[in-house]
Amino acid sequence: MSLSPGFSGRRGFDTSRLPPGQYPTYDFPVLSAGPTPEVDTADWEFTVASETGWRATWTWEQFLALPQQDVTTDLHCVTRWSKFDTRWRGVSLDVLLADAETAADFVIAHCHGGYTTNLPLEDVLDGRAWVVHAYDGFPLSPEHGGPARLLVPHLYLWKSAKWVRGLTLSPVDEPGFWEAAGYHNHGDPWREQRTWQD
Amino acid sequence: MRDGNALAGPLSDLFLPDPTTAWRLCPGCGTDAALAALHVYDQGPAAVARCPRCSEIAFRVARHPGQLWFDFGRGGALRFPAS
Ligand SMILES: [Zn+2]
Repeated sequence: MSLSPGFSGRRGFDTSRLPPGQYPTYDFPVLSAGPTPEVDTADWEFTVASETGWRATWTWEQFLALPQQDVTTDLHCVTRWSKFDTRWRGVSLDVLLADAETAADFVIAHCHGGYTTNLPLEDVLDGRAWVVHAYDGFPLSPEHGGPARLLVPHLYLWKSAKWVRGLTLSPVDEPGFWEAAGYHNHGDPWREQRTWQD
Repeated sequence: MRDGNALAGPLSDLFLPDPTTAWRLCPGCGTDAALAALHVYDQGPAAVARCPRCSEIAFRVARHPGQLWFDFGRGGALRFPAS
């Protein structure tokens, strides 16, 4: 999750960091399934709810007061581009889920604009997922999911839901927006889990 | 109740017309729009067609190896001219 010693210079790419079927890019393409929602941080709330009825909500100020982490990581999009060494700042899901009363095995992320995505709970714990609000030292722009998005870099980027507003912990898996349209339920780029057949 | 073979008649009417002749009455906001007026987001993993007024999903088309997935999402009929 930190800067890899294998990165081989300005124009060179360490192909060992490239999952199968991916190509490296210096750009940060914007892929959206709908219009970019306008979300004012004054109205922003982040809610975690579990199957027991437990819930916790943070305002923007409360969210920024939580322990923050700087994360440098590679991104892999199912449209086949990968981007190395992206720099993010945000709150680990270990923090946001620390007090949750749950026996759930799944997490469903809900977003402004209606997007959803589903993840196994174990994929978002132990320092593998964050809600991030800064990219490359600046507040996250709306086209990249600002004010806050999910970051789950070990899975294809559609799992890193933009404009995230909450998480639901569920004992039952619920295929999300792309998962219900034939994309893989898990989405591990190293196993090329692109579609439901992979 | 009958099995899915009973759909052969109605579906043969549905899949013949030129899709661009279709209109959609949005169940979200009541906007009546020609297919060509829908807003399409297709830089992502698939194409998402939305109501031009309220952004409700009209349908999604995803092309996977050897298969085409067509999904009407939360509904809204497509309306084709018929004789
Ligand atoms: Zn509408």
